[in-house]
Formats: sequence, structure tokens, C-alpha cells
Amino acid sequence: MQFKDYYQIIEVARDATQDEIKRSYRKLARKYHPDVSKESDAEARFKELGEAYEVLRDEEKRVAYDRLGVNWKGGQEFRPPPDWNTGFGFRSAGSAGSAAAEHSDFFESLFGRSFQTSGVGRTTFNARGEDHHAKVLINLEDTYHGATRTIALQVPVMDAQGHVTTRERILNVSIPKGIREGQHIRLSGQGSAGVGKNKAGDLYLQIEFQAHPLYRIDGRDLYLNLPVAPWEAALGATVKVPTLGGIVELKIPEGSLSGSKLRLKGRGLPGHPPGNCYVIVAIALPPANTEAAKDFYRKMKQELNFNPRTKLGV
Amino acid sequence: MKTENTLLQLDICILEEQTQLTLDDLCRACTVPAEQIIELVNVGVLDPLGREPTCWRFNGISLSRARVALRLQRDIGIDLIGAALALELLEEIELLRTRLRAVGAECPGNGSNTEEK
Repeated sequence: MQFKDYYQIIEVARDATQDEIKRSYRKLARKYHPDVSKESDAEARFKELGEAYEVLRDEEKRVAYDRLGVNWKGGQEFRPPPDWNTGFGFRSAGSAGSAAAEHSDFFESLFGRSFQTSGVGRTTFNARGEDHHAKVLINLEDTYHGATRTIALQVPVMDAQGHVTTRERILNVSIPKGIREGQHIRLSGQGSAGVGKNKAGDLYLQIEFQAHPLYRIDGRDLYLNLPVAPWEAALGATVKVPTLGGIVELKIPEGSLSGSKLRLKGRGLPGHPPGNCYVIVAIALPPANTEAAKDFYRKMKQELNFNPRTKLGV
Repeated sequence: MKTENTLLQLDICILEEQTQLTLDDLCRACTVPAEQIIELVNVGVLDPLGREPTCWRFNGISLSRARVALRLQRDIGIDLIGAALALELLEEIELLRTRLRAVGAECPGNGSNTEEK
């Protein structure tokens, strides 16, 4: 297991006062809160932070942690010393349920397992089964056409002896057409089982989209960059455009500029009303990689007398 | 680990579009007592239809708003009014990010930078 440098995690010196620790923790907790931060590792950082704070805020745990010595580095292979924990009574004490409900192996090796009031324990008191929440990642194509997704959920179950084990539940969920990022699917009765004759809880699945190589999304609208040859933009042309519903023909008006926005009505995500697909014109230059092509560019320079910077006054 | 395969036709709906939630539904989905949901209504995080808590009907977006506000309150020690403000600002940032992405600009804090020369 790896050593965790709780002082480094909270970004304070080893001799920091309790107030300094509290201030720094609060600042970092705001920064890395998974609902606030867009960093991909925010959730892990936030958990680590909660664990570090749980140790350093508690005088007794902090003293015990400090006794490990100053020579450990975060990430270093770690094994608790044999005389660890003498004089302290963490083993059976459990810990206050802080935000970081799960602790690292490192934490548990030092302070023991906390009593976790996970879903299973509490069901006993709830007549109706608990609701569950999960996320599901789908493609843009799945919401356009509708799709069936197989979702594997890890469900804790208690056996007759009261041991908690994990069971995998496979659900085949049909993704409703037109569902948007951030929306939720509610699956009635697919949460925890109810006690006795009571109803089971519900399962909520939050929809997330995989980034699409072609389209960007805003609500039900799609945006697509469409490379266009200079002569197509200058003279006008009818070109093929890929949409989620298949290839369509789009008329590029004469004299289109880079950045011009053309609308394919109703070609966005399905709904009432359906979204649009906006095509952004991007003029692509043919490469001047042959002598003939270079000659052609030179000819354009001579014959077109074109200054693209007139608006800049130069 | 045991595996259980459910192939039933499941009762599915899009929460944000096809559902209204009762106070009881929200309490269960957020695992909080009714007082906390009522408090969220009082600070304006949630805006149900209906006069009395027993006839309140919440739109589907309420669930994620309530969960985020409660998490912010629990995890970073702000009160619900502060959480309400944070929630509004977060929603606005999300909207702006989406707009930025739609016009093809990269968003700061999303791991990609505009190239500068």
C-alpha cells in the first residue's frame, strides 16, 4: 500500500495550526468538489482531501499520524510499524461519517475500518426500498436512433449471516430517443428491494454523452464544421453533409465566408420540436505541394488583386 | 459474485420531461427528511407547483438540483442560501461552456487550450 502525505494533500506545513488546516481544507474542498470542478480527477482528489482532513483535524489521530515520522513520501510503499497504534484506541472506535465515506487502504491500516452506513444497513429502517443513482455513457447516435444499453450495476446484498457481498445486476435499458446530456432516466422499481410487501425503490440513470468526433451539442441543436473548397464558397455549390440521420445535400450560397452558419432544419436531436443541425463553413485551402499548384496560386495572386487585410487599414 | 440478468421490459421514462415528483419521491431519491426539501423550496432552489407540501409537484430537474445543493451543503459547509447561489452560478457556467463548445471554442478548465503564437 502507498503512503499518503496528508499534509501535502491539504497543502499545509507539518506544523500548521488547526485553523490553518481548516482554512486550507475548506478552500481545496470548494475547488475540488465534484459538483463544482470540471477536472477529471476531482472526485478522487476530493475523497483524498476528506480523508486527510479527517485525520489532521482530530488531535489524537494527527499525533498518531505524526508518529510515523517525517521521512515518508507520498506514494512510497508503506507498511504500518509493528508497534503502531499502541496507546491509541482507534481500532474499534469507528469514525464520524464525513463526506469521504470510503477510506483508502492506507487510512484503514492506520485507523481501522469505519462503520459504514451503506444502503444495505439502512434498508432495515426504511419500509420502502432505497433509490439508487448511477451514470450511463452513451453515444450521440444512441439518442438519435434510440438504443438498448446493457448496464451492469454492483449491488450490495446481505446474506442470512448478515455478511455484505456484492452482486452484479445486468439491466437492459432502452435509451429513449432524444434524451439529452444531464437528463435522467427513471426506472421504477429497479432500486433496492422493499422490506416485506413494500415497494422497491427506483433507479435513476444520469445520461452522459461520449464526445463525438464530428458534432458539438447545445441542447437539441448540433454543430458541424464543414470544410469547403474556396471555389465552392466563392461560386456556390451543392455539397454532401453527414447528419445523424444520413447524408443530405446542402446548398452553399455564392460568396460564403469562413464561419458562415447554415441551418439544416430539424436535423438535430429528435424532440418536440426537433433540434437543428448548424453547419459552420470552414474554407479549406488546397495544399501548394506541387509546382502546378504553386503556379496556380501565383496566377491567383497576379489576377485577383486581393488584399484580405483592407479592413485592418494595411 | 453472482450475476442476475434482467431482460424484462422496464418501466422507463425521461425524468426531466415526462415526470412530476412528489415531496415523498424527492425525499427518498435524496435520502433526506421532508424538512430539508421544504428548506430547499424556502431558499428558492426548488419551485414546486401546488400550495401545500402535500400537493407539491416538482419538475424532473428538481432532483439533480436538490442533490447538488444538498451535497454542497454537506461537503463544503455552506448554508443552503449559499448553495442556492452556487447552484445558479454553476448552471450559468455550464450553459456558457456548452455555448462555447458549440461555436467551436475550447473551454478553459476542460483540459484543452487555445494555441497561441
